[in-house]
Amino acid sequence: MPSPVGWPQTGFMRHLALVFVNLRRHKLRALIGVAGISFGVAAMLTILSIVNGAIGMFERILAVDSHCLVFERNVSDLFFSSVTDEQVSKLRKMDLVSEAQPLLFGLVSTPGHPIVTCFGVEADNPRLTKAKWVAGRPEDFGLIAGGIWLGGRAAEFLGVKLGQKVEIGRGEFTVAGILSTENGFEDGGVFLPLPEAQKFFHREGIASIVAIKLRDQARAAEFLKIVAADLPGLLALENREFNQSYTQFQILHFTAWAVGICAFLLGGLGVANTMLLSVFSRIREIAVLRVCGFSPGQVSALIFGEAAAIATAGLVVGFLLGGAALFVLGHAPQFQGYVQAVIKPSMVGGIIATSLVTALAGAIYPARFASRIQPAEALRYE
Amino acid sequence: MSELKFDSKGSTRSAGGPLVTGRGLRKTYDSGRVEVLAGVDLDVAAGEIVALWGASGSGKSTLLHLLGGLDVPDAGELTVCGMDPRNEAHRILLRRAHLGFVFQLHNLIPDLTVEENLSVPALANGTSRAATRARILELTESVGIGHRLGHRIQDISGGERQRAAICRALMNSPQLLLADEPTGSLDETTAETVFGLLRDLARQRGVTVVLATHERRFAEQCDRMLRVRQGRIEGSGSGATA
Repeated sequence: MPSPVGWPQTGFMRHLALVFVNLRRHKLRALIGVAGISFGVAAMLTILSIVNGAIGMFERILAVDSHCLVFERNVSDLFFSSVTDEQVSKLRKMDLVSEAQPLLFGLVSTPGHPIVTCFGVEADNPRLTKAKWVAGRPEDFGLIAGGIWLGGRAAEFLGVKLGQKVEIGRGEFTVAGILSTENGFEDGGVFLPLPEAQKFFHREGIASIVAIKLRDQARAAEFLKIVAADLPGLLALENREFNQSYTQFQILHFTAWAVGICAFLLGGLGVANTMLLSVFSRIREIAVLRVCGFSPGQVSALIFGEAAAIATAGLVVGFLLGGAALFVLGHAPQFQGYVQAVIKPSMVGGIIATSLVTALAGAIYPARFASRIQPAEALRYE
Repeated sequence: MSELKFDSKGSTRSAGGPLVTGRGLRKTYDSGRVEVLAGVDLDVAAGEIVALWGASGSGKSTLLHLLGGLDVPDAGELTVCGMDPRNEAHRILLRRAHLGFVFQLHNLIPDLTVEENLSVPALANGTSRAATRARILELTESVGIGHRLGHRIQDISGGERQRAAICRALMNSPQLLLADEPTGSLDETTAETVFGLLRDLARQRGVTVVLATHERRFAEQCDRMLRVRQGRIEGSGSGATA
């Protein structure tokens, strides 16, 4: 059959065409390599963007209308942090402080939903005042005995409406309001007045964190020093500083990258295997290329070109797979709206770089082997 | 020693001297246990068509591989187109610009078209697309496969494949064409045709040819015939004088 496509114009493109011809001849083998890389890409994209989304949501919970966060020094997780009412009062009395909003975190279970985040807040907390109230009134928050306020998503998965009873943990509450927020954790969580939450979690007089709004944000450094001096048991950080240093965020980031890189290592081994098979099955052909004047470098470039082509195809397929997985997870009712994927350009760049590096690393040995093929020997024995 | 001159391809050549000079060429395999070449002396003048004639295993292919830099001698001196094929850089330059190879099996790359296969040496050499295309058209027309350019190798006949292989060998206008049993896999009629084409093309273009063959009828049609036996050149001459 005559070929419908002519040989491309430039030397580079003609080399590239040779790369694609080689891949086309061994479609299944090439597809296995592409699959290895694409699964790595999809895994990394999914995990990283979910982790980034979760961190972003948590950051927004902490940073609503505030400049700094104050919490117990040397605590591994904010859920275990204790800031006393007395310390909150001291913070409120500081000249630099405009507002101090204590917030108590807790986890509760409901039938069918083992983990629901509970926020103990005061009535004037900005997250309540700024939320979109679907049912009930913000001014009633904390005034209805036995009442609980639900995030929009939580009301949905609990299947309750305003005024209905709902079983939360060991108690039964009346739905006193439903507020919708853009934050997945808040929207899938429940709100209690701070004193009620403290009682519920047996942490009377305690908040997990205090969100501080300063009169002048430029004086944040001064505020941090004052807290360090006057309240040595507490640690104050600017929001940005907190996001960068919070151990849990670092652990999440590290875990996500570690899992992703492991997935890539498997992909890289797949590429190495694909390229080795490709080289071993083409020893005679590579010898012919050498006979025709290809240098060892040109032969290596062909092998690396094939690996790069596999990685590129893997990237495209992987991003599509990962995107589809994120869409499905983001819309799955089981996740209660907690999956809010955030895809950052740096993350995409990192995935692309990791993918290419892995694939090219996987091609090092095959390329080295191919470039060392002795034409006479290969032509004599194969 | 004759004067060395650089030609347009960057190689040196003795003015009026031989294109290939080999002295005491030895080659063994299996850690020296199998001696394939046992001290071969060889001179090939520019424009000559020389046959290495001998039985299978006599060492003619190995000698051809040494001349083409596909293998290196264990001992002896060798100069091809003014270069030393034992040197890696010289070997690449030789194969890229000065030598053409034709093998018993065509060794064309499957799944590529005839045109794509013929482009491979030009690709290695960095020849422009236009020049490559012009050269392909000229060569394929001259061997009667101009209509097969867009066909894949598996879709053309054995004789056409070997013609394509000859064209590929001539793509970069080599000074020296090394042909290892180029008719060995063809039927008698096709073999005659292919050999005739090879010989005529070489004569028309002034290409020096060293041909390894076990078929005396083809060896006799060359300018000179060297009989290779047990790793040595035992006799030389024209036609039946060897």
